Amino acid sequence: MTLLNTPTLDPKAAIRAARWKEFRSFSRRFLRNPLGVVGLVIVIVLIFVAAFAPWIATHDPYLPTLTARLAAPSAEWWFGADELGRDIFSRLVHGSRLTLLIVALVIVTSAPVGLIIGAVAGTRGGWIDAIFMRVTDVFLAIPKLLLALAFVAALGPGIVNAALAITLTAWPPYARLARAEALTVRNSDYVNAVRLAGASEFRIIFFHVIPMCLSSVIVRMTFDMAGIILTAAGLGFIGLGAQPPLPEWGAMISTGRKFIFDQWWVATVPGIAIFTVSLGFNLLGDALRDLLDPHLRQRN
Amino acid sequence: MTRPLRLLADIATWLITVAITLVGLAALTFFIGRVVPIDPVLAIVGEKASQSVYDRVYLELGLDKPLIVQFWDYLAKLLSGDFGTSYSTSRPVLQDLLDYFPATLELSTLGLVIGVALGVPMGVISAYYHEKWPDHLVRIIGLIGYSVPIFWLALVGLFVFYRQLGWVSGPGQVDVFFTGIVTHVTGSILIDAAMQGQWEVFWNAISHMTLPAVLLGYYSLAYISRMTRSVMLDQLSREYVLTARLKGASEFTAVVRHALGNAAIPLVTVIALSYGGLLEGSVLVETIFSWPGIGNYIYSSLFAADMNAVLGGTLLVGIVFVLLNMLSDVLYAALDPRSRSLANK
Repeated sequence: MTLLNTPTLDPKAAIRAARWKEFRSFSRRFLRNPLGVVGLVIVIVLIFVAAFAPWIATHDPYLPTLTARLAAPSAEWWFGADELGRDIFSRLVHGSRLTLLIVALVIVTSAPVGLIIGAVAGTRGGWIDAIFMRVTDVFLAIPKLLLALAFVAALGPGIVNAALAITLTAWPPYARLARAEALTVRNSDYVNAVRLAGASEFRIIFFHVIPMCLSSVIVRMTFDMAGIILTAAGLGFIGLGAQPPLPEWGAMISTGRKFIFDQWWVATVPGIAIFTVSLGFNLLGDALRDLLDPHLRQRN
Repeated sequence: MTRPLRLLADIATWLITVAITLVGLAALTFFIGRVVPIDPVLAIVGEKASQSVYDRVYLELGLDKPLIVQFWDYLAKLLSGDFGTSYSTSRPVLQDLLDYFPATLELSTLGLVIGVALGVPMGVISAYYHEKWPDHLVRIIGLIGYSVPIFWLALVGLFVFYRQLGWVSGPGQVDVFFTGIVTHVTGSILIDAAMQGQWEVFWNAISHMTLPAVLLGYYSLAYISRMTRSVMLDQLSREYVLTARLKGASEFTAVVRHALGNAAIPLVTVIALSYGGLLEGSVLVETIFSWPGIGNYIYSSLFAADMNAVLGGTLLVGIVFVLLNMLSDVLYAALDPRSRSLANK
């Protein structure tokens, strides 16, 4: 009787315990990589700043103070003030929300689209695979920034349109990844087993193939976030992203461009913010790849 | 199948792939130009146009026809070299592009040379000293290159090296004093100046070009050094390197001649791809340095709402991109006997 009551026989608890153990070993290995930790800290700080922007900002990001136009960094204006006398620090803090918004919009649209296309192509094979992959190749063959630029130029500038345009260029790598994973698992024993058990193709793709692709997709996503931030900033700089008076970092560099020789801080400070954040995502992506990539994982 | 026949079949497949990709590219620009704008006619004539003007442009664009026929007409026009007319310069877009393209090629080629000359040795060093400080240093330099917004780096570069230190000349192709001395022959200022014996202009152009070229070089270096590192890591662990060392070859011979020699083949692909990346990166860099290339052309057309010019530029860079990809495939096959032997099976 006592045996039956031992917690190890409860499958749910066992799964939970196994997951917890897996998570602990994962975080222990992650903490061994100092650069990865730096990346994680940067990303956490970014999310924190975005969440509490109104409390962290020292000024109203939209309120011009005419006497402080182009003021140099000081105790009152930590990173100086822009050409309308708006506090650059406060604008940076509020701009972090826009950066996260674009990244989130692009990721939640492009990753699932690519994942589904790739998983379907890889699992079904045949002419569906041929057509899907040819389309993917066409998108991969076109310069990303230019395609996004032309697309926003046609749609009209704005933050959502910029995110849409970046999505258009961001999904193909996910499709490639998912297809490669799907090809390796589609004839594996467990997929054949569920197929024999009468599972529909839909069920196989969504419940048995796509979960296998997730770890490589997460690694790819983290790297992609850095790229998305840079592309979004590039579009903002050209004037196709967020429109004034929104404190988007790329657009802030673009307005500071006129003053680069005399009031260097107006353009320089937002660039440092972009650089730090995209460096953070790159460092995190590097560390996650070392831990999650199934091909690298076997070696350790 | 006999060998020559097999080769012909391979070439045919390859040509069909290129053709399909190019048609796909045209379909994309067609989609962006005709389908995405809510009213493409309005985008051209503006809101104040009279009904008769509107109707004429509507017919000229062929919007009364089915979409597939419109696309067919569009393809036929592209094939005959008609990229439409630029509304801002009133010239055929293709002619504009051909005028501006050499300057872009010049700048990005220079960037590529810098990127390869520094990136490949850095990658080799990084792989050779795997997990030691030179490796970490190279990786950090690369990581910074991956994370920095290039247009911002360009602005900071201008501030530091032009304004503060005065080492290089500012934006533009040559000083105002030198403009118009060299006539436009090839479109590349260096080649034109050298051919016409204008050495002063030549050196002036060099000092204008240094900063943007170095920036583009750094941009491609990040990618090239990372890829060289991973290819070299793979090669250095192979047994032939051990064999070379065992038979008494010097470290230099083992690493550079044997390992790098074998790594060179995948690196060709990497370099071709980063050349494509540079053409794209030059869009942002050219706008900052007022470099009269295709990037600047696209940028100024954007503000004139000149979609023909924007799409033409996108199409041209896209075509070059596709051709570079395909060229790297061909080079791969030509350089690596192993990938060729697949065709003989």
